[in-house]
Amino acid sequence: MNHKIKSIIPQLLTLLFVVAVIGFFTINAQLNMDERGIDFGYGFLNQESSFDVQFSLIEYDGSHSYAKAYLVGLLNTILVSVLGIIFCTIIGVIIGIARLSPNYLIRNTAAWYVEFFRNVPLLLQIFFWYYAALRALPLPENTEPLFGVTYLTVKGYYIPRLIWENFDILIYSILAAIISIVFIRNYARKLQEEKGQQLPVLLISVGLLLVFPAITFVTGMVQLEVALPVLKQLSKTSFIYAEGLSVPPELLALVLALSLYTATFVAECVRAGVQGVSKGQKEAAASVGLTPNQILKLVIMPQALRIIIPPTTNQYLNLTKNSSLAAAIAYPDLVLVFAGTALMQTGRAIEIVSITMLTYLTLSLAISLLMNWYNKRIAIKEK
Amino acid sequence: MLRTLKTLMYLLTSVALLVSFETGAMAAKKSKTLKKTQKMGFVRCGVSQGLPGFSNADASGNWTGVDVDLCRAVAAATLGDSGKVKFFPLSAKERFTALTSGEIDVLSRNTTWTLSRDADIGLTFVGVNFYDGQGFMVRKSSGITSVNQFKAGVSACTNLGTTTELNMRDFFNSKGIKYEPVTFEKADEVVAAYDAGRCDTYTTDKSGLAAQRIKLSKPNDHIVLPETISKEPLGPVVRQGDAVWEDIVRWSLNVMIEAEEYGITSANADSMKSSDNPAVKRLVGAEGELGAAFGLDNDWSLRIIKQVGNYGESYKRNIADTGILPDRGPNQLWTKGGILYVPPAR
Repeated sequence: MNHKIKSIIPQLLTLLFVVAVIGFFTINAQLNMDERGIDFGYGFLNQESSFDVQFSLIEYDGSHSYAKAYLVGLLNTILVSVLGIIFCTIIGVIIGIARLSPNYLIRNTAAWYVEFFRNVPLLLQIFFWYYAALRALPLPENTEPLFGVTYLTVKGYYIPRLIWENFDILIYSILAAIISIVFIRNYARKLQEEKGQQLPVLLISVGLLLVFPAITFVTGMVQLEVALPVLKQLSKTSFIYAEGLSVPPELLALVLALSLYTATFVAECVRAGVQGVSKGQKEAAASVGLTPNQILKLVIMPQALRIIIPPTTNQYLNLTKNSSLAAAIAYPDLVLVFAGTALMQTGRAIEIVSITMLTYLTLSLAISLLMNWYNKRIAIKEK
Repeated sequence: MLRTLKTLMYLLTSVALLVSFETGAMAAKKSKTLKKTQKMGFVRCGVSQGLPGFSNADASGNWTGVDVDLCRAVAAATLGDSGKVKFFPLSAKERFTALTSGEIDVLSRNTTWTLSRDADIGLTFVGVNFYDGQGFMVRKSSGITSVNQFKAGVSACTNLGTTTELNMRDFFNSKGIKYEPVTFEKADEVVAAYDAGRCDTYTTDKSGLAAQRIKLSKPNDHIVLPETISKEPLGPVVRQGDAVWEDIVRWSLNVMIEAEEYGITSANADSMKSSDNPAVKRLVGAEGELGAAFGLDNDWSLRIIKQVGNYGESYKRNIADTGILPDRGPNQLWTKGGILYVPPAR
């Protein structure tokens, strides 16, 4: 009993302290806001925002509410984070493996890449890509097409726009393909366990993913039109590409900077992971007659991933949070649209900053949860 | 009986004394902000991050501009020395939070006076030190000479968190033109992006356009279109809740404008003490007790005029002589065809 009380008292005191600190700051803010005639409330979220945003994934203009503006910013943040995570993973894995290459040139180029990009401040890199690199691009009227139909200009990257008809049917066909793949995989595993036969699962999966949507096209259920970018004159010297889709240079610069920077850390995680698997594993696998491909897929990677995933999760979280540097180069992310323009127009600093902080917390926790779930899946299941 | 009456009289007198002492103390009671300012020994003034003519620091950190002069005037009035100002360069986004949170005491940063800013977020605008309006700058080579020539798809660079963003939308909407807003936090970033060809037009207050044009790589390749699409009365702002401080800042500005009206300059201020005009004498502290109402001495306004100069001197020094806007336009005294008109200092 005595012991129990002893252990509870410090915890109780800590709790009291935390409550007191939070209480103090709340009351302090309340008093000061009252004194200065500032009212507190989230009602402004329903008001008309009356400002426009350069780039939005959903339909939005100034006649929509601040809540919608928040959503625009949030989606733009998610977009840049997802693109950044995808690219930094691809680059990171390539560089990480390159660092282990027996080839002197490849190994050292990769090492230089890592040392250079991770030791220059990220904000500087963003400025470099936006102000130095992208600024050197030609004006729309002087641009030679890239891949025939796209144009990389100082005003943005213009690509053809796809106009879908019955897009939902296409989605259903892909879903159907995925479900059939799951069944086939289970069947293949059973076949392997019972009869020792192997099915070319990968080939079948890719085939299904292609065939199902293709059927919808051939039968004419889904139609696709492509709107190519067309040069349009705005004034004597000003041109843009209309009709197509325009990827703003701000997004390009941000994704480029974020993925190149974070890729260096991912590369180090990958290198550490692969080096963390003891040599004996590879030798043992080879001695039982596995092919080099099988060794990598069945022996090295499953063990390396266990080492790679947790620190890489950190890098994904960092990338997501670093995406808030977007505000420096006019990419309309959550910080620029909501904690920037909306904050300025409403003057509701506490409300907006609290919402923004909570949003980043939620985003980070969501990524953490996803990665932890994946980590658990690939962890060694001890029998 | 007599004794009771005497006691009562005694009591009444003491109460009356006490009351009179109270009211006397009330009159001398200084504003909280003023007290703090005098204790610190400098005025904390929020300015822009560099807008020539309004608030701009040179290589050695000396601030100049009409917005800067307003803060210097407040310092001259309250501390006796126009040099006792600490400047806080703020972005458009930071400025109001800096003021309401008490980091600065005067915000003199080409800020537009609007209803929602005045009423909603704990701020009080004290006056207008520059009447402005939003305009557009374009490249001369574009052949555009009027805002009516803008076409759908036009990209416009501007500052984040300003009235400019809202006016721009109103303007393009009324014309039915779809446009691409590109908003940066710092003015220098806007200029750099426009200069590089990211945007077809750069829009902000016309005074700002004139001032920023100097920073472009080839200023003469750009023109400001003649149209003005909004009213932008720019003026100093204080925190709500300190009425005396609010008055000090308001009348520091008013004194500068009225001094110009009566022809009092930094050079002749002392000699004006012997003027025949009572209005002039009041402004240079030779008549009346104007400073007492704020808890200041009677030379407060004289110091403003002597150390900072009148509004006309400030305008000439910062905006006209620097070639930003040689023509005063609406920022001329009402007696000379402008709209500068301030209540009398009496």
